[in-house]
Amino acid sequence: MALNPAFIGRVYPATGTYLVGREKIREFASAIGDSNPAYRDVDAAVALGHADVVAPPTFAIVLSMKAMESVVFDPELGLDYSRVVHGEQSFSYARPIVAGDELAVTTLIEGIRSVAGNDMITTKATISSVTGDLVCTATSVIVSRGADS
Amino acid sequence: MGAAIRFDEVAVGTALPSATFQLRRVDLIRYAGASGDFNIIHWNERFATSVGLPNVIAHGMLTMAEAIRVVTDWVGDPAAVVEYGVRFTRPVVVPDDEVGATLDVAAAVTELLDGGRVKVAITASCSNQTVLGRATAIVQLS
Repeated sequence: MALNPAFIGRVYPATGTYLVGREKIREFASAIGDSNPAYRDVDAAVALGHADVVAPPTFAIVLSMKAMESVVFDPELGLDYSRVVHGEQSFSYARPIVAGDELAVTTLIEGIRSVAGNDMITTKATISSVTGDLVCTATSVIVSRGADS
Repeated sequence: MGAAIRFDEVAVGTALPSATFQLRRVDLIRYAGASGDFNIIHWNERFATSVGLPNVIAHGMLTMAEAIRVVTDWVGDPAAVVEYGVRFTRPVVVPDDEVGATLDVAAAVTELLDGGRVKVAITASCSNQTVLGRATAIVQLS
């Protein structure tokens, strides 16, 4: 089913804030098998010039994916989540995410297109501090595979 | 920030140390828990094959996370990675055995940018087949 292009430009506002936990960063680093001390050891992170342990470059997906649930489960959009795969992902950091950050995420539907029977949606998650400073933008392309693919 | 590599140490073509990563079923389950991505195709073979996949596949985000380790291990400070993007071009199929999937990652500097930054191109392959496309990072060097 083709998705409605009228959803392009729709913004899903933040539904709350996300408090970045030191143990969550350590857990994420363990899950990717990365022993970089900047993810675990506060002193090591401080020595590099950070306020606390630093999040790995892809950690922002934890926030952006959670925020994207409001998009993929929006009944008006009509996306079949069981057929969704990740097509592309990028992150652009204005500053690193560190433990103790309290962040808010707004999600924009930047594009919807249909390619060879597959629906492709581009979303842009803007991750900001509670004082409104930009921290990271996370752009995702998700693909809903057509029935024939 | 504290990048361990200085801008004047690198040139276009500078190769980063390559690395190999094993992705086993237990690694996918651990990543599911840490990331919150419990999509069934990443842990249930019965479901994965029922939707037309060859087997359980790794989270694209786990592959993406492993691939950038070649850059963060090189530069030391993970926050030196200011931009990172990939296309997921082929699924990483993870068999139910002790070895899992083997991900081979290599990277090289492809461009010198203003402000002491460089562009790095990353290649990631599994069984000699590329699994990420246009994988690039912008890295702030010292």
